[in-house]
Amino acid sequence: MTMGPVLIGLYVFVLAIFVGFELISKVPPTLHTPLMSGANAISGITIVGALYAAKDADPSVATWLGFAAIALATINVVGGFLVTDRMLRMFGGRRGKK
Amino acid sequence: MSAAAIQSSLPPLAYLLSSSLFIYALKRLGRVKTARSGNAIAAAAMLLAVAGTLVELGFVDYRWILGGVALGGALGAIAALRVEMTSMPEMVAIFNGFGGAASSLVALSVFWGRFVEAGETGSAWSVLGPAESVTTALSVLIGGVTFTGSVIAFLKLQGRLAKGRPLMLPGRHVINALLVLGAVGSTVAFSGVLAGPDDLTVSLLALTAISLVLGVLLVIPIGGADMPVVVSLLNSYSGLAASAAGFVIGNPALIIAGAMVGAAGLILTNIMCKAMNRSLVAVLLGGFGQDGGGAQEDSEYVGVTSAGPEEAALVLEGARNVIIVPGYGLAVAQAQHAVKELAGELEKRGAHVRYCIHPVAGRMPGHMNVLLAEADVPYEQLFELEAINADFATCDVAIVLGANDVANPAALEDEGSPIYGMPICNVHDAATVFVVKRSLSAGYAGIKNPLFERPNTSMLFGDAKKMMQDVLKELREL
Repeated sequence: MTMGPVLIGLYVFVLAIFVGFELISKVPPTLHTPLMSGANAISGITIVGALYAAKDADPSVATWLGFAAIALATINVVGGFLVTDRMLRMFGGRRGKK
Repeated sequence: MSAAAIQSSLPPLAYLLSSSLFIYALKRLGRVKTARSGNAIAAAAMLLAVAGTLVELGFVDYRWILGGVALGGALGAIAALRVEMTSMPEMVAIFNGFGGAASSLVALSVFWGRFVEAGETGSAWSVLGPAESVTTALSVLIGGVTFTGSVIAFLKLQGRLAKGRPLMLPGRHVINALLVLGAVGSTVAFSGVLAGPDDLTVSLLALTAISLVLGVLLVIPIGGADMPVVVSLLNSYSGLAASAAGFVIGNPALIIAGAMVGAAGLILTNIMCKAMNRSLVAVLLGGFGQDGGGAQEDSEYVGVTSAGPEEAALVLEGARNVIIVPGYGLAVAQAQHAVKELAGELEKRGAHVRYCIHPVAGRMPGHMNVLLAEADVPYEQLFELEAINADFATCDVAIVLGANDVANPAALEDEGSPIYGMPICNVHDAATVFVVKRSLSAGYAGIKNPLFERPNTSMLFGDAKKMMQDVLKELREL
């Protein structure tokens, strides 16, 4: 049996879903907001796709779309990780003082 | 190894390492002690994936890329560093919407480059590949719904849109059904039926438009009380959109990270639905707090006792056992530091002070935990609902601080209530209940709270922060 890249991709997709379920099912409620925020930042991985889309020198419609995608995805990534860190720093800070 | 060999073998390894780090990071994000490093690892994994992609692209024109990253990075950083902790739910919602929009734009850009600009004339099926053509459409669809849905959620959480209340369009179920049919139709037409740039463009743009309208219509009938569930679900969608974009460009890092976020968002959504005793279907059909609740809102309260800071201080002075139930009012008033100070004073006087955190208090799960952590409230004083609910019966004073629906006994007693069956904090069992609230107005669910009429309840009307400070002042003078 040989598998094309699409089928392999599908395998990866399904297995990753199970990994996601397993990782999140035992999380204390305290962490729900930071976790949601962190997972949200991870979904900014779509920036990788945006990089492919904005690589041409000529300002075509496709490049403009790619440019917009990069800007939006970067907001998601940078903003998401920073906001998550701000929230989690409070938990860490309190422990440090004890 | 030649430069070309490095360029072709390095990126896949970078994606593999990046994906593994994402999994490890999510695991660490699930423990209080390791969460912060988990977040940092996820950021590193993201950087690695981007670096891998840049190596894979080789020497291309970086002007657009750098411009986009600089612009987005600056906007994201400014927003993230300036936002108040209390506005965190809105922030997550809008960031999430941007992620969805980006996935949608990636798919549109790939399509535009191949068909409109390179002039391919075949079907999407033959040019992009069967799976790629379907995932292009899915990426546009899910990304678009995520974008407008998140924007509406953002506006509702800010209270700018209909004060967060549900907006019910007449015949919305029919409209939604038609839109879903339209979305399925254009997806099929795009990925399997049509050929040539013109027809394909029309079908994909139609799908884009449908997805944007659908996102608005799906979220607009949902009441503010259900917004946490919606943000969580949209978070899941944005992951799936990223995963679909991963299929479009054939990148495993996107597929894996996106799928994990999709699954994580679903699990969180499920946890929240259980906490509110609402089925996901009921949440999505919307209109919470509209039927019955809307009518009850007008009904007057009778026999409400109100008190001032002095009386509250007198009662609290003699209290040995105090439980505080924080809600969204605490967030709005930024009262977390003030309540911590008051709790400190009570403890100095020998009282045992604890906090009862309802799973859906505030606008996001764990919202209260974040705020109280900001004020350095010891983690050991925070109790989940089930762990502390029986103790209200033996506590001297329960302070309901800016919470309403989560302490509404109608959920236990009134079978006609829209929130009937939702687990609530049994504050009414306490010897004395102080409800700190601006007015008798209804909570986010828009329903009357009979707790306010109970003989053991005293209303402390005012801003949560100011009231806590006033009570503390009175207490210190005793």
